[in-house]
Amino acid sequence: MSGHSTYTPSNGFTRWLDARLPIIRLSYDSFVAYPTPRNLNYWWTFGGILSMMLAVQLITGIVLVMHYTPNTLMAFASVEHIMRDVNWGWLIRYMHANGASMFFVAVYIHILRGMYYGSYKAPREILWILGVVIYLLMMATAFMGYVLPWGQMSFWGATVITNLFSAIPLIGDPIVIWLWGGFSVDNPTLNRFFSLHYLLPFVIAAVVVLHVWALHVVGQNNPTGVEVKSEQDTVAFTPYATLKDAFGMSAFLVLFCWFLFYTPNYMGHPDNYIPANPMVTPAHIVPEWYFLPFYAILRSIPDKLGGVIAMFGAIAVLFVLPWLDTSKVKSSTYRPLYKQFFWILVVVGLGLGYLGSQPAEGGYVIASRILTAWYFFHFLVILPVVGLIEKPKPVPESITAAVLAKNAAH
Amino acid sequence: MATMDTAEPSRRDFLYIATGAVAAVGAASAVWPFIDQMNPDASALAMASTEVDVSAVAPGQIITVKWRGKPVFIRNRTPDEMKKLDAMDVKSLKDPQSDADRVKKGHENLLVVVGVCTHLGCVPLGHAGDHDGWFCPCHGSHYDASGRIHAGPAPLNLPVPPYEFISDKVVKIG
Ligand code: FES
Repeated sequence: MSGHSTYTPSNGFTRWLDARLPIIRLSYDSFVAYPTPRNLNYWWTFGGILSMMLAVQLITGIVLVMHYTPNTLMAFASVEHIMRDVNWGWLIRYMHANGASMFFVAVYIHILRGMYYGSYKAPREILWILGVVIYLLMMATAFMGYVLPWGQMSFWGATVITNLFSAIPLIGDPIVIWLWGGFSVDNPTLNRFFSLHYLLPFVIAAVVVLHVWALHVVGQNNPTGVEVKSEQDTVAFTPYATLKDAFGMSAFLVLFCWFLFYTPNYMGHPDNYIPANPMVTPAHIVPEWYFLPFYAILRSIPDKLGGVIAMFGAIAVLFVLPWLDTSKVKSSTYRPLYKQFFWILVVVGLGLGYLGSQPAEGGYVIASRILTAWYFFHFLVILPVVGLIEKPKPVPESITAAVLAKNAAH
Repeated sequence: MATMDTAEPSRRDFLYIATGAVAAVGAASAVWPFIDQMNPDASALAMASTEVDVSAVAPGQIITVKWRGKPVFIRNRTPDEMKKLDAMDVKSLKDPQSDADRVKKGHENLLVVVGVCTHLGCVPLGHAGDHDGWFCPCHGSHYDASGRIHAGPAPLNLPVPPYEFISDKVVKIG
């Protein structure tokens, strides 16, 4: 979108349209002629993969709503009806349920790619913040979607998560009753979650438009972290990025299909095949895997309000990431010290995820406390300090120079 | 406007501010119904009380009844359990309250509490935990036989709902 447009309408109709609504021009400039850095690797295909997953979730979701009933008396049975009676219902529901998990797989890789290559640094702060907003919306959408089948995990997940707000002093309890529309999670809660679960994906789509807009203003980052300097540093989006993205998407679809057709319940929880019972909590309740690290942080703090603050803080800290990192060098390739801490953070995140799936007792709690402390230590202390004391390796003069040097070495 | 340095607010300024204020009040009052519709509706408020016959609750037994969509535990405590509760140091508790303040006079053995963990709302398991009261499996909160919190992330004791004995046998909750 930056720079002048190279689109020329080829016939009378497109000339006529271009003078009235230059929509072909916009698409051409954004997805055909748009210059992308020539050194992008496969980690850069996850933006495309995420767009694909959003489309999968929207399409399967709209179809599921044609057969689902949002009422506490019928919701569970209507999901079973989809699974057993509706033509292809099993396929579409498993696509939607596994699609949500795959969406999170892709978003975590996308976020970590941004962290590794410093994609959040100037001038991409707004781009990054919009990404964090999308991530938050995804979590809200996924949480409310998980409530809809009205199984035991749906019900108790909804209870525990909405109760997080009761930790707020004074106004906490009225807020929770307001969220429920009653004195416990019940039919009004299910109805409003359904309404919002349908709405939020469209909000996500709108924020994705802003995210792509911001991306096209500042341009893509790349593995060297050096900004594009000349036309030599870039290739046209089509066919280069288009085909690379298509290959990445296909590979991702293979993984998706493996879960979908061979182990469709692997990422779910068997207790959710028991209808919701407000009188009995399952002995071991866990959230969906993509929430586990935050769940571990919540449980690691022995104080109710403190735990809730730590959990939300763990996400909030991402918003200010661009200002916590003091290093001017973007890519970890040239940051020997930061690179190590990055991988430690990845291990800490995986560790928290594992601990979140275990019961909150004994050694598990102690381990969660240590890893939670490290998580915040990483963002609040290591990032600012490493940027000041680290001696980065020499950064290449340009993307082209880096590419040529790499090829010469072979 | 910015270049005209009139120190005195003009009549026009007053009209702008007054108009803006009225518009803000109007917008806020139009928004309120959309916020308030999420609060419990008349039918949810109507389910406010439950009557239970407690004569069949044997010593040592806990029954669970539903009140306002939530479980309420009614526990008939044994003399042994009562003795253990008496021996506890109330002041050392997180939410200090004596057992006597949590039951009705003349029915000291009968405990009525809302069965919702004060941490994040799970239903604790009876006759479990370090104090043989209740144990919440969700994040590990231990309650005693009076429903008081001893250990774990829950901040408060299990709340005692408003209730009264309407006869020797029947309790009305709510
Ligand atoms: S809900 Fe009971 S300990 Fe968390």
